[in-house]
Amino acid sequence: MNGALTRHRDDASRRGWQYRTHMDAPLLITLVALSAMGLIVLFSAGGGDIRLVERQLVRLGIAYTGMFVIAQFPPRVLLRLTPWLFVIGVLLLLAVLVTGETSGGAQRWLNLYFVRFQPSEMMKLAVPMMVAWYLADIRLPPHRWQLLTAAVLIAVPMLMIAKQPDLGTALLIASSGFFVVFLAGLQWRLLAFFSMLTTAAAPLIWHFMHDYQRQRVITFLSPEQDPLGSGYHIIQSKIAIGSGGLFGKGWMNGTQSQLDFLPERSTDFIFAVLGEEFGFIGILVLFTLYTIIVVRGMMIAIQAQDTYTRLLAGSLSMTFFVYFIVNTGMVTGLLPVVGLPLPMISYGGTSIVTLLAGFGILMSIQTHRKLLAT
Amino acid sequence: MPNPATLKDYFFESRLVMNRAIVMLVFAGILILVLFARLLYLQVIAHEHFTTLSEDNRVKLQPIPPNRGLIFDRNGIVLAENLPSYRLEITPEQVQDMDATLNALAEIIDIREVDRSRFEKLRKRKPGFEAVPLLFHLNDVQVARFSANRHRFPGVDITAGLARHYPQGKLAVHALGYVGRIDERALKDLDSSNYRGTTHTGKIGIEKSYEDLLHGKVGLQQVETTAQGRVLRVLNRVAPVSGHNLYLTLDSRVQDAAERAFGDFSGSAIAIDPNNGDVLAFVSLPTYDPNPFVNGIEYSDYAALRDDEKQPLFNRALRGQYPPGSTVKPFMGLAGLEQGVTRVHSSTYCPGFYMLPGSTRKYRDWKHTGHGTVNLHDAIVQSCDVYFYDLALSLGIERIHDYLSHFGFGHKTGIDILGELPGLLPSTAWKRQRRDQPWFPGETIITGIGQGFFLITPVQLATATAALANGGRILQPNIVMAEQEAGSDELLPHQPRLLETITINDQAHWDAVIESMVDVVHSARGTARKIGTDSPYKIAGKTGTAQVYGLKQEEKYDAEAIEEKLRDHALFIAFAPAEQPQIAVAVIVENGGGGGSVAAPIAHAILDAYLQDTSP
Repeated sequence: MNGALTRHRDDASRRGWQYRTHMDAPLLITLVALSAMGLIVLFSAGGGDIRLVERQLVRLGIAYTGMFVIAQFPPRVLLRLTPWLFVIGVLLLLAVLVTGETSGGAQRWLNLYFVRFQPSEMMKLAVPMMVAWYLADIRLPPHRWQLLTAAVLIAVPMLMIAKQPDLGTALLIASSGFFVVFLAGLQWRLLAFFSMLTTAAAPLIWHFMHDYQRQRVITFLSPEQDPLGSGYHIIQSKIAIGSGGLFGKGWMNGTQSQLDFLPERSTDFIFAVLGEEFGFIGILVLFTLYTIIVVRGMMIAIQAQDTYTRLLAGSLSMTFFVYFIVNTGMVTGLLPVVGLPLPMISYGGTSIVTLLAGFGILMSIQTHRKLLAT
Repeated sequence: MPNPATLKDYFFESRLVMNRAIVMLVFAGILILVLFARLLYLQVIAHEHFTTLSEDNRVKLQPIPPNRGLIFDRNGIVLAENLPSYRLEITPEQVQDMDATLNALAEIIDIREVDRSRFEKLRKRKPGFEAVPLLFHLNDVQVARFSANRHRFPGVDITAGLARHYPQGKLAVHALGYVGRIDERALKDLDSSNYRGTTHTGKIGIEKSYEDLLHGKVGLQQVETTAQGRVLRVLNRVAPVSGHNLYLTLDSRVQDAAERAFGDFSGSAIAIDPNNGDVLAFVSLPTYDPNPFVNGIEYSDYAALRDDEKQPLFNRALRGQYPPGSTVKPFMGLAGLEQGVTRVHSSTYCPGFYMLPGSTRKYRDWKHTGHGTVNLHDAIVQSCDVYFYDLALSLGIERIHDYLSHFGFGHKTGIDILGELPGLLPSTAWKRQRRDQPWFPGETIITGIGQGFFLITPVQLATATAALANGGRILQPNIVMAEQEAGSDELLPHQPRLLETITINDQAHWDAVIESMVDVVHSARGTARKIGTDSPYKIAGKTGTAQVYGLKQEEKYDAEAIEEKLRDHALFIAFAPAEQPQIAVAVIVENGGGGGSVAAPIAHAILDAYLQDTSP
């Protein structure tokens, strides 16, 4: 025990500050760059309101602190906590459905008297952890019954969140669970089978959708049908991005953003502000930063030393990518409007804390590896 | 066989996860490339298109309404003008506590409950940065009171605009008309691009028929706005062009004299210059004040006007259709002479009634005892009915219809005010078509004295009288003398329009009829001799009385015994000076009784006002 500790300290000293602080330099530098870029765009999107930036800075401070704290725990602590986190999460979701506070037509919040808390945010981490925990103990690739168990572990929280209703988060959670299963070696023929099944089930899904969700799909297919109503967001954001051109209209000079034509411009549609004011070049920079983060995350997954951390790191990285691709796809009119923020850039609290908590886990995985003799 | 769950192949599993991770990265790369292509399309290929759309969003065209043209009478007296009008407006987003502000305002300026509720309603429909009017038409005292307290009311302002005003009030309303707020219905008839920004449009009268000239051309400014429409700056501006000023043919003094001469009677009088068709007076009584209509009359006030038994809103001059009564006799006389049915000196015996051969029905003369032996001159001077019963029967309805229609009876005169009615000049064809009945000889007889189906409008009767005066030229009555472009001193006169010249077979016929008309006024037996005694100029006239109430056979008309609204209409047509006519008038006094006693003095007052004018 004592010897192990000593050896560990030796490893740390040998591998520099990253191991002492349990931070991953490439990830940390890129994340900070992204946050800085986000604050600059946010200042413009908020019409030059510095208070918006200040509030976001406070949130970022909390989120980075959370990331740092989580990174200090070795992955085995997370492994041990995983089932508990998952069960508590499901119970909290149940509580939201029974007593949750309604905000904006959906029940997502749980009032814990001292703070309003969104259990679905917690599940963004708890679900991939739980599925990875389950699959880590069995021989991969998983068999049919094991797949079914994994499917239940994903479906129960997902359906509860979809019921709130929060389709965006539900889909995000479903995909994070799916990524774990896919990384664990989901058979290709089964994947093909399920894809076909989903396609076939599309009319059934349509049947269970809320009217506003159906409207979003219709709007996505033809936004010009209702240019002042539901199609307005997409039309205006396409105009903003398109009119930005190669070099953009300049910081604080976007007419679509500054003259209020672009709705939700500091939250879900902030990507359009970036596109308008910084142009294609600005977007290229953003893409590069995101790509570095995703690739680095996947590298951490590949280098991880046990199945649980491999699956979890891969899933967290890919979920981050989904976040990014769904938001940008929606703002550019490639995907229907689902309420997902642009990760690290959009104004808003809870999601940034969850996101950086996820990166805390990735860093923990990366920096708690034991040095193997080569 | 070992339990597969416990026998994990770590090397295999790490290879598996790595392979899958690479698959995912490749997949992610493809998605990023798709997104990349999309952005390339939006920002590079379709950049121009979206730039245009973005400019369309940002830059809006804002209309600047033009100033409406002014209206003057022929002497330059203002009939319609634009006065500065002060409104109290509140910009809600600059007011912290709306209720407190309104209450404090109410202490210095009276704010009615209606004003407040209208304000609340308007406020809900507008974005917060747009000023909402609270009070309209502030008077000087209110403006002064607010100005002294302005510092207490951030977000509250007084704005000046222009509002149509009719300084002469009730004078000539039925000719002038008025403007009112544009409503949905009016919007359909207007060129909406030219009316962007215009709040008022002509509703009736000249204000409506000359709307195109009076309105002017809208100006535009290009402004940069936010999505909510808040204007940030003006980029470009094209000034509006004010409407044309109009100079009417009306003479305010004559108009005023005419309206006053009626006293409390309802009715209509039209005075026309027979030389060019200029309408000198256009009277329809009772009249009303057009000013309340400009900004929306209170419903109760409107209802009072609408339900008034005397119908002040009714334009009698254009739309009142009356039997011409005996005023038709000079025209009938001309018809008889010109068609060779009678001669100037041939005479008829009047026993006080007339009967068709083989019938016992008596057509009575207004004079029970009869006029004795009368020729055309006597018959016009004394207004003998029997002479004209006989003449009408000899002419027959077809010839009466054909000849009288040359004078414009039965047609619209085409005066440049909208809404004119055509009157009715009956014929056998009309009766067959409209009533599906044959024409009866008895109906011809009463047509001869302007009764029966025969209906005229005052404008029509005045036009025909002017044609009598000018030797048979039918001139379209013309109410606008000249127009003037904004900012120009030059008057562009409107030319008289000759519609028809009546062929005269023998000038002696015409002279004889006019001589008889002069004697109606200036001879001892004339029905209008009262007005002729002190006149320094010669008047040619003809009295008329139109029955409203059908008398039974042998029943005697007693004005005192019947209700006022069933009393006869009094009519008088005249022109003067008889030798060189300068003015022709037609007067109809509703339920006035006798043409000579009631209508002729009114006509006389009009002639005096025009001919004996000493003021410039």
